[in-house]
Amino acid sequence: MKGAWLRRQGRRALASEYLVLALSVAYFLVLLPWLPELAHPRNLANLFSRMLPLLLVAMGQTFVLIAGGIDLSVTAVIGLTSVLGASLMTADGGWMAGHAAAVPAGIALMLLTGALLGAANGAAVTGLRMPPFMVTLTSMMFLGGLAVWLTQSQRITGLPPAFLALGGKPACAFGLTLGAALFAHLLLSRSLFGRWLYAIGHNPRVAAISGVPVPTVTLAAYVLSGISGACAAILFTGRLETGSPVHGREILLDVIGATVIGGTSLFGGKGKILWTLYGVLFLTLVDASLNLMFLSDFAIRMVKGALILLAALIDALRHRYETA
Amino acid sequence: MSSPAPAAPPLLRFDRIQKSFFGVPVLQGISLSLDQGRALGLVGENGAGKTTLMNILGGNLAPDAGRIEFAGLPHQPRSPLEAAAAGIAFVHQELNLFPNLSVAENLHLTAFPRRRGFPVIHRALLRAKTRALLEQVSLDIDSDTPVERLTAGERQLVEIAKALGIEARLLILDEPTTSLTDLETRRLFDLLERLRGQGMTMIYISHHLADVLRFCDHIAVLRDGELVGSGPASAFNATRLISLMVGRQLDQVFPGSAPPPDSPPVLEARRLSHPGIIDQVSFTLRAGEILGLSGLMGSGRSELARILFGLDPFGAGEILVEGKPLRRPRPIRCLRRGLAFVTENRREEGLCLEASIADNLLLVALRDFAPPPARWIRRRPLQAAAARIRSAVRLTPTALDSHPVKTLSGGNQQKVVLAKWLLSQPRVIILDEPTRGIDVGAKCEFYQLIHDLAARGTGILLISSEMEELLGLCHRILVLRQGAIRDELQRPEFDRERILRAALHTERAP
Ligand SMILES: Nc1ncnc2c1ncn2[C@@H]1O[C@H](COP(=O)(O)OP(=O)(O)OP(=O)(O)O)[C@@H](O)[C@H]1O
Ligand SMILES: [Mg+2]
Repeated sequence: MKGAWLRRQGRRALASEYLVLALSVAYFLVLLPWLPELAHPRNLANLFSRMLPLLLVAMGQTFVLIAGGIDLSVTAVIGLTSVLGASLMTADGGWMAGHAAAVPAGIALMLLTGALLGAANGAAVTGLRMPPFMVTLTSMMFLGGLAVWLTQSQRITGLPPAFLALGGKPACAFGLTLGAALFAHLLLSRSLFGRWLYAIGHNPRVAAISGVPVPTVTLAAYVLSGISGACAAILFTGRLETGSPVHGREILLDVIGATVIGGTSLFGGKGKILWTLYGVLFLTLVDASLNLMFLSDFAIRMVKGALILLAALIDALRHRYETA
Repeated sequence: MSSPAPAAPPLLRFDRIQKSFFGVPVLQGISLSLDQGRALGLVGENGAGKTTLMNILGGNLAPDAGRIEFAGLPHQPRSPLEAAAAGIAFVHQELNLFPNLSVAENLHLTAFPRRRGFPVIHRALLRAKTRALLEQVSLDIDSDTPVERLTAGERQLVEIAKALGIEARLLILDEPTTSLTDLETRRLFDLLERLRGQGMTMIYISHHLADVLRFCDHIAVLRDGELVGSGPASAFNATRLISLMVGRQLDQVFPGSAPPPDSPPVLEARRLSHPGIIDQVSFTLRAGEILGLSGLMGSGRSELARILFGLDPFGAGEILVEGKPLRRPRPIRCLRRGLAFVTENRREEGLCLEASIADNLLLVALRDFAPPPARWIRRRPLQAAAARIRSAVRLTPTALDSHPVKTLSGGNQQKVVLAKWLLSQPRVIILDEPTRGIDVGAKCEFYQLIHDLAARGTGILLISSEMEELLGLCHRILVLRQGAIRDELQRPEFDRERILRAALHTERAP
């Protein structure tokens, strides 16, 4: 009887929405006595600034995962949009150097490029019926290569101060991310599009018969992911004051990992923006704390890899309980 | 019926079986026994616990309390495989074949015949064994056909062949006739009679009480997880069964029929053709009319409906909805024009099984509750509409809106499919086997619902394998054979023999 009770509570905890948030808080509190630096304002600010772009991209990923797809190309989208935006705005030889409208034009170009790249991924997935994994893996390679080729491995500096402030000033970056998060949350939970997305993730065939425009909605999810990549590129480019093809190159696994840790299912049909927020919080916290312990880079990778694997395992377990 | 020696112990004994889900008791201490070579009929309303009891016997679920004895031994299977090894075969309510594998592979999934000494499948032997099994169920198909190309009825027979393949002593049949036509049902019963003659013990679950009364030796009635009656079949009749099941009297199954309306056509088909599937099909459906489509499996009934709704490729011909042409039908386009289609196969085309009851109920109507341009969902009216439709189809009140739809019993799942289409307030509704797996009480309510819809001017195209349903409900019946309309009967001319003759194309009905 006791075992059954424990198992039931265990399942309940697994199914709880706040599990990951609770874990993050517990982790922070438990670690604090040993690692008081963690709460140092400078470190908190650092943690925060690293969370923001990750959260942006992870939210885009959430849309795609809910529809039952995956977008591996986001990091390359970040690199490419960063390079394109910077090439337009930079004072040393930019296409619109010094022009009054350079900053809005640069941002528009970045967002548009992100949307178009997402649309291309989405079109390949829906129109050509190619597996999302394959499509976005190859576009990651192609776009990543393209970004490097465009810049000939040069970093692009000399960006307009207004742009740097937008992406680099914590308040602005926070405002941008918060706005995006609110919008994404409402879109998923309150809009027709959001509800359709879940239906497609559950069963695209049933969705189509029930009158859901499956290709359009799926494509839109990839477009959102592309735009989220462009937004992250604005933050990266602003904070590091350079346009570079390597921005965000390291975060792909973190993006998917954080999303899955939050509870969004790799099997489609399940996920929430709030969950993704918790997942990002947890992963960034772990990352920051390990950094403060002066663990080597591989050790950090090993720990993070193990965590993400664990989250994927929990996802699979949940899926099994629910289908059983 | 020869009875075995009276002293022989029963083959199967349930002893105070209990089971709850989420704290809701579903089986409340069921005790039952069954002798070797007998057929037990298990009846009860949707959600009464029939499938759950069989899932416990078949190793899919563990009971919370109680014991089972099978062939004199305690029976506690931890998996379907263990139950099968003990000699129990389970033909599920929802078919469990792998659509992408061939018939032969499906039949031998757990034990492929090997070449001696090699871990290699013996193809020739596999085919031969498969042919022998298919012959036993009188199914004439190639053993290499992928299951996805079979119709629902053929799949059912393959399921039974699979049960025969494991040489079971006890055969559980959970609503085996739901997707079979009259003829196939008859064929199935011939087969079951033969098996019983060879000493096979059976548990037969069905909402067709006439079948249960005719075929079974014993009958047990469940209501809300309790055994409310059991005994030899001769002690029951349909009225008594129904009142035991439902807990009240049901005097009339079909609502009184209104005269056929003389209203404008809502759906017209003109010379619809698709090579090898349908051939020059033309008909007119008027507002408020209930038009039945009869025919054998493979006669093109379902295919016709699927072409109309754009699920299967369109060939040649013309479709008119409310007088205006509908070109290149697609589900979205059809929906916008006021068509609805309750598909035959609820697991693959009707429901998102993992999603909640509410999400499934609302999927079709969602767009009407999200006004453009912003398309934000207006939740209050949506929830109100969902609650209304829930009670209109009498969906079980114990299931919360947030529960996944797959936790509902089969019949209640079917009600969700119906409800989700009704919620979009269609002008024309195509129903493909809409009462599959629904209990008598709910069927009655459902017929009333169709009747009322028609009375309010909805055109209804009803496809059904149940002759009773067509005769009781329709204003007019079209009979299809080999993709073409062979006969058309107005209500006064309704005649079972004539319909069968047209469907079979014999001078005399068999
Ligand atoms: N996995 C599950 N989780 C929660 N509830 C369940 C589950 N399986 C069954 N139930 C509930 O148990 C009850 C009995 O279901 P069961 O499938 O045994 O009914 P049934 O008698 O077979 O009905 P039907 O004639 O509709 O097939 C139903 O109320 C159903 O909702
Ligand atoms: Mg059942």
